[in-house]
Amino acid sequence: MGRLNVSLCGISLDNPVIPASGTFGFGYEFAELYDINCLGTFSFKGTTKDARFGNLTPRIAECTAGMINAVGLQNPGVDAVISNELPKLQKCFNKPVMANVSGFSVEDYAYTCEKLDKCEQVGWLEVNVSCPNVHGGGMSFGTQPEVAAEVVRKVKAVTTKPVIVKLSPNVTDIVAIAKACEDAGADGISLINTLLGMRINLKTRKPVIKNKMGGFSGSAIFPVALRMVYQVSQAVSIPVVGMGGVSSAEDVIEMMLAGATAVEIGAANLVDPFACRDIINDLEKTMDKYNIKNLSDIIGGAH
Amino acid sequence: MEQVKLEIIENKPITDSVFQMKLKGNISGVTNAGQFVNIKLDGLYLRRPISVCDYENDTLTIVYKVVGKGTEQMSQMTSGSLDVLTGLGNGYNIDNNAQNVLLLGGGVGVPPLYNLAKKLINSGKKVCVILGFNTKSEVFYENEFKELGADVTVATADGSYGVKGFVTDAIPENYDYFYTCGPEPMLKAVYKFTKTSGQFSFEERMGCGFGACMGCSCKTLTGYKRICKDGPVLEKEEILWED
Repeated sequence: MGRLNVSLCGISLDNPVIPASGTFGFGYEFAELYDINCLGTFSFKGTTKDARFGNLTPRIAECTAGMINAVGLQNPGVDAVISNELPKLQKCFNKPVMANVSGFSVEDYAYTCEKLDKCEQVGWLEVNVSCPNVHGGGMSFGTQPEVAAEVVRKVKAVTTKPVIVKLSPNVTDIVAIAKACEDAGADGISLINTLLGMRINLKTRKPVIKNKMGGFSGSAIFPVALRMVYQVSQAVSIPVVGMGGVSSAEDVIEMMLAGATAVEIGAANLVDPFACRDIINDLEKTMDKYNIKNLSDIIGGAH
Repeated sequence: MEQVKLEIIENKPITDSVFQMKLKGNISGVTNAGQFVNIKLDGLYLRRPISVCDYENDTLTIVYKVVGKGTEQMSQMTSGSLDVLTGLGNGYNIDNNAQNVLLLGGGVGVPPLYNLAKKLINSGKKVCVILGFNTKSEVFYENEFKELGADVTVATADGSYGVKGFVTDAIPENYDYFYTCGPEPMLKAVYKFTKTSGQFSFEERMGCGFGACMGCSCKTLTGYKRICKDGPVLEKEEILWED
């Protein structure tokens, strides 16, 4: 066991660094740049039952220390992911991958998760409950504890792999939602998804993004994410994957002290394609600086 | 794609708002005319994608217009180095039998055509270039294209220099292929007024610039494409205009 080793829902990770869904494609784009086997794992592009183009462009807006995206879950659909993307990934990544799943009905989630659960390459299912529920008036699944719990129950009923629920921060009480997911059988919680935001172009006086609003991410959101990880990890007994604005080895350590067992890195990959590799390389010397022997010792150390 | 540090060896205005910057270093990542680079700037979160105007040995030339914070900051730089991702995008494909080639550029759509013209002329093709601008004071690179040996026509929308009108008002009778880059209304007009096959370079707001974020996707007749990775150059036959 190395100093960076952690265990996430019973699966050992060489290190806690996980590129976040939507910032790393299906891995092989980055495998052209560096050996992605250095990663703990990564969470692949959010996958839905059917193929989706997503939103119209512009989908991106810049902010101070961050960015807004409204990609709209563009993906080729679960069948194409299994038949085209996973075989390509197999050639460059020999670790269990985290399958990120989105849906627009409870049945969608169960359908997609059941299919991905059968893939040997998949280690964990990360269920993104930030999507609008088309049968529930368009309100996001992740905004009501009982609705999020229903997604978890339906997914757990048809899968065998660890189910990690990825929570939206755009809620009144994220702790209540995390607890409801744990009670419904979730094996882990990951947080935070992006914060809802927008920008307006002063010249056109119109929203920069065609979809008007989008998800705010980047280093600016780190303190908000850290606070939520701190709160949720104290309220649940299942592992928490922390994310939101992480962009350095120091941020990874801080997130783990707040209670994260592993740490996802999102927007940083888009600005610096080598961000995750460099952060992993920086971890040991940063641990030395702060007298940390093993990363697994510091999880929740600030509680 | 490569991530490199490039040294600024020149940065000068060539019109009121357009600058030419020369960067020196390892530019082996650049392999095609029409590719772009993505530049990290202090204090700005996202990189700035800028098309490659020319590349030779260890020198990269970019020509950019000051339109916002990033390009404003770039215009102030006189020395130092930049963190640059090089060799992004597909670039123009010149592997075809066309002999009489038309290049149509509008505004800051002109720069990526420069290295393309150089390559086409070096491979023995006859190159006719039409450069479109709003007005005389905005005209740049007319002589640079002439020095390469291209037949150059300038069009200005207000008629203050060259042909009065748009690039599409100056299209010659005889050509057997074309390449274009410019604002979308111009590209649409070129699409409508050209009679042969050709290639279009598109612009879109990008997140990463290297195919990871899906921020710049568009629909084409051959499927969904990322402007940054599968483009920015698309073949005329695959373009699907969406209003």
